[in-house]
Amino acid sequence: MTVIHDRPSNPAAGDADRPIGYGRIQRKEDPRFVRGKGHYVDDIVLPGMLHGAILRAPVAHARLVSIDTTNALAHPKVVAVITGNDLLGLKLAWAPTLSADVQAVLVTDKVRFQGQEVAFVVAEDRYAARDALELIDVEYDVLPPLVDARKALDPDAPVIRDEIEGRTDNRIFDWEMGDKAATDAVFASADVVVGQEMVYPRVHPAPMETCGAVADFDAVSGKLTLYETTQAPHAHRTLFAIVAGIPEHKIRIVSPDIGGGFGNKVGIYPGYILAVVGSIVTGRPVKWVEDRSENLMSTSFARDYIMQGEIAATKEGKILALRTHVLADHGAFNATAQPTKNPAGFFSIFTGSYDLQAAHCSVTGVYTNKAPGGVAYACSFRVTEAVYLVERMVDVLARKLNMDPAELRLKNFIKPEQFPYANKTGWVYDSGNYEAAMRLSMQLAGYEDLRREQAEKRERGELMGIGVSFFTEVVGAGPRKHFDIVGLGMADGAELRVHPTGKAVVRLSVQSQGQGHETTFAQIVAEELGIPPEDIDIVHGDTDQTPFGLGTYGSRSTPVSGAAVALVARKVREKAKLIAGAMLETRPEDLEWEKGRWFVKGDPSAGKTIAEIAMGAHGTVALPEGVDGNLDAEVTYDPPNLTFPFGAYICVVDVDPGTGQVKVRRFIAVDDCGTRINPMIIEGQVHGGLTDGVGMALMEIIEFDEAGNCLGGSFMDYLIPTAMEVPDWETGFTVTPSPHHPIGAKGIGESATVGSPPAIVNAVVDALAPYGVTHMDMPCTPARVWAAMQGRARPPI
Amino acid sequence: MQIPAPFDYVRATTVDNALELLARYGPESRVVAGGHSLLPMMKLRLSRPEWLIDINDLYELDFILRDGNKLRVGALTRHTTLLESEEVAALFPIVRDAEQVIADPVVRNRGTIGGSLCQADPAEDLSTVCDVLAAEAVIRGTGGERILPMAEFHRGPYETAVGPDELLCELRFPVRPRSGSAYEKVERRVGDWAVGAAGAAVFLAEDGTVEDAAVGLTALGLDHPVAEAAGVLRGKRPDEGLFAEAGRAAAAACNPVADQRGPVDYKRHLADELTRRVLRRACARAAAQMQEG
Ligand SMILES: Cc1cc2nc3c(=O)[nH]c(=O)nc-3n(C[C@H](O)[C@H](O)[C@H](O)COP(=O)(O)OP(=O)(O)OC[C@H]3O[C@@H](n4cnc5c(N)ncnc54)[C@H](O)[C@@H]3O)c2cc1C
Repeated sequence: MTVIHDRPSNPAAGDADRPIGYGRIQRKEDPRFVRGKGHYVDDIVLPGMLHGAILRAPVAHARLVSIDTTNALAHPKVVAVITGNDLLGLKLAWAPTLSADVQAVLVTDKVRFQGQEVAFVVAEDRYAARDALELIDVEYDVLPPLVDARKALDPDAPVIRDEIEGRTDNRIFDWEMGDKAATDAVFASADVVVGQEMVYPRVHPAPMETCGAVADFDAVSGKLTLYETTQAPHAHRTLFAIVAGIPEHKIRIVSPDIGGGFGNKVGIYPGYILAVVGSIVTGRPVKWVEDRSENLMSTSFARDYIMQGEIAATKEGKILALRTHVLADHGAFNATAQPTKNPAGFFSIFTGSYDLQAAHCSVTGVYTNKAPGGVAYACSFRVTEAVYLVERMVDVLARKLNMDPAELRLKNFIKPEQFPYANKTGWVYDSGNYEAAMRLSMQLAGYEDLRREQAEKRERGELMGIGVSFFTEVVGAGPRKHFDIVGLGMADGAELRVHPTGKAVVRLSVQSQGQGHETTFAQIVAEELGIPPEDIDIVHGDTDQTPFGLGTYGSRSTPVSGAAVALVARKVREKAKLIAGAMLETRPEDLEWEKGRWFVKGDPSAGKTIAEIAMGAHGTVALPEGVDGNLDAEVTYDPPNLTFPFGAYICVVDVDPGTGQVKVRRFIAVDDCGTRINPMIIEGQVHGGLTDGVGMALMEIIEFDEAGNCLGGSFMDYLIPTAMEVPDWETGFTVTPSPHHPIGAKGIGESATVGSPPAIVNAVVDALAPYGVTHMDMPCTPARVWAAMQGRARPPI
Repeated sequence: MQIPAPFDYVRATTVDNALELLARYGPESRVVAGGHSLLPMMKLRLSRPEWLIDINDLYELDFILRDGNKLRVGALTRHTTLLESEEVAALFPIVRDAEQVIADPVVRNRGTIGGSLCQADPAEDLSTVCDVLAAEAVIRGTGGERILPMAEFHRGPYETAVGPDELLCELRFPVRPRSGSAYEKVERRVGDWAVGAAGAAVFLAEDGTVEDAAVGLTALGLDHPVAEAAGVLRGKRPDEGLFAEAGRAAAAACNPVADQRGPVDYKRHLADELTRRVLRRACARAAAQMQEG
């Protein structure tokens, strides 16, 4: 699928040229996955295990009048039925969200979105549990639903969170960033000002594995073991301690193999809590795994931003300022996962890759009768929305100025010598060379030729579009002094042990959902210590076995835990130096390091390998004072800053003028994630993100009808792209290391998701230029594209 | 995992046995062929049969057979078999056109032509194909066999002439010389049901004029061919102007409803646009067939 510029002779295992350290090696975890030997939450079967199923609300907004569970309890295989009232007794009816709000675990007073949790049945098998849901009698008093965020603040809008004392409207927050007065002043005197409303519709992470848990509460020891689909096991442990009142040392969270996360598995969902309650109540392990419709309708969503953007520039195309107001639909509970003090997360990076004089953004968050969430979803906490806004706005400006969009970007980039660069909303970008990446992508694309081809096609009435986007990502949350999730700082621990024979084990707080951690982190240690990656095991996903840390999301694993791993390996290397000195009867200062070995300066034949040193450490060598008899170390890494990966994307589309169907013909992605540990894994992350981008740009949306029904409750309705919708990805890269990261790596997990949607939409709008189209909102489905061609482009919400 | 309501299951061994089982278990029983329409509905508990009668062992219903001037296709013939059949592609290129855009390989490997027609989903593609090819449906019950033209087979969305105690056994397609056919569908994504689709079959006279033609629409609120479109073409020499006129007739005749796939005006436009395209292609194919003799 890929244009590979640096493929070595043979990437297969067993190749003598195989890198010990960074380089293209096959993933260590793949033999397990490709042979079907992965072990996921739903594979867990414990003795005596029961099965839970959730009764969900059929309507979006309704008072709960009564629940009658008699018939369900009479089912021969049903063991327990739990309702909101039962939870009230346990003080568990409401749980704190990740955004200083609360969320109902089970409805006690009022249903607030379709699919909300109403009751929990525990039965001998999953079939009985599901059947028994139909035996619960619930009476609802249906209320008018509010699903249109634009109407959320109307005086006559139904108040969704009327359980909160004193609440008379649906406003969650008003938040702003940047200098409003300075921005307005620049706008007032600018030659050119263009504005555009743009909608980033509600989409869903839709991982292949849905959410689920197996709770096993041991009444004798008081210990809760909770197997969970979670991206953040340690954070969950602390939260469970706080929510459920179980002492933290009596909680073990295990996150086994995870079938995709994309932010969907950051939060704590009612189902997890219900599995725990079910286990405590029945004294037996309880498994709960949601089905696809439950996942799509209730466990979190992403985006749902209505953005009003404005850009100011000189006639010559020097961009001066940017401002925006956003209406953010957070659903029925504010459960957004994000680590900043800002309710809109990283959205204020909307100044993008350009050197501006001023910028201002404001965001108003509202409640609606929709599922809560607003999770990261491969967007680094709202960077996706921010990048979409600025990259569409720049294109809108290019059109207004009649300038080439690539040229306009080149004219306005932050220059390499300006880094570290403080943008107008408080971020300090670590490093970048934007022009180089942009020019490389243009070269790979054959940009001039494409424009020529487009001009020829236009003559013939054919619709071809070329879309450019340039993004600056912000990942690796984050410095403890600025970032936390419900009070937990975001430093990550790492432990490394080198066994006597020189094989090693690394223990990490971050858990992989498919990113290839077992390979990447082994390669980091390999690079630092010279131990082959296959001799290094990664232990992760079990809070009883790993050091504390905040988890995998927002592309933070390599920027934070990757740094921790490099540093812990260096610590071991320094310790090895002391031990080698003792073994070689030399002063450590007289030793020199080459990959895998300390040797005596000037006498390379006198040296000790890491394996020899490990054996020495655990053996009988007389160790220097203060040196323990092992080759182990641990660190906790508090990142001094975030990292700022970037990239230049070019997309080529063809649009069928008769039907409005969009075909992505080519996609060129140049990414800069700093130091590249395993290029193959990086490309895999990019391919996935680009595919995701095609989905969002062309087909994905969770819609609601006026009655509040979710119209995206199955994969027949909520479309995600297949191999048929995506082109052969053409990838390239530049390398601008992060100056503050121990190995210069920046993170790549979400770059393509962030960068690709604007490139695709820009291409579609470019294709439709002959029809006078200057903007259309996602998703660019055939019907919506055709409407735009008729001059009737409409926002999706 | 989506879990269906409880049901019982039995495998039929022959057509007669299947009919017996249908009679025995009554209206709460359902035949399952490929299962790609029935099982998803059961998993969503939209369909809750008490008995599933599996007809996948009825190899006697899995055939493609040339019989004089008819092509006979057994109801249990899989989409993939139809897609891959060179004989079918040569006689009725519309079938391959349509099969290429029905679902995905996983569904096509199991799903059957009989199941498709009996499901009678308004967005189901093979109904249109059968309509424009003037197929006949062979239906059997314990009382014997009946053969119905498509106009009588269809009874509206999700309804057909096949009774609860009957089986659709076969489709018969008349083979005519100097003919061409084509199908085109607009979908939001591969494997999605049609936003709208059109199929056409054209039969030329020896002088190259249109002897007869049929245009059908899928997912556009019409479960019979567009008579007006055929009327436009009959007796004339095919050209762009006629295709456009037929397209307008199709747009006027269709009756689409707005849904997540698109609004009414777009779907009506598709009826027009796709009718032109399939007629253009069907006529070209017919002309090519005539040349080959
Ligand atoms: C993801 C997906 C995408 C799809 N996309 C498309 C598409 O784009 N276009 C399209 O046309 N179809 C599509 N389909 C439907 C697919 O073609 C089905 O296979 C087909 O509709 C039903 O065929 P089946 O053999 O699976 O029928 P089943 O599901 O087994 O049966 C369907 C119904 O027909 C009845 N039935 C089956 N055989 C007989 C018989 N011989 N006599 C009497 N009654 C019978 C059953 O009782 C049942 O009521 C899609 C399906 C899926 C799952």
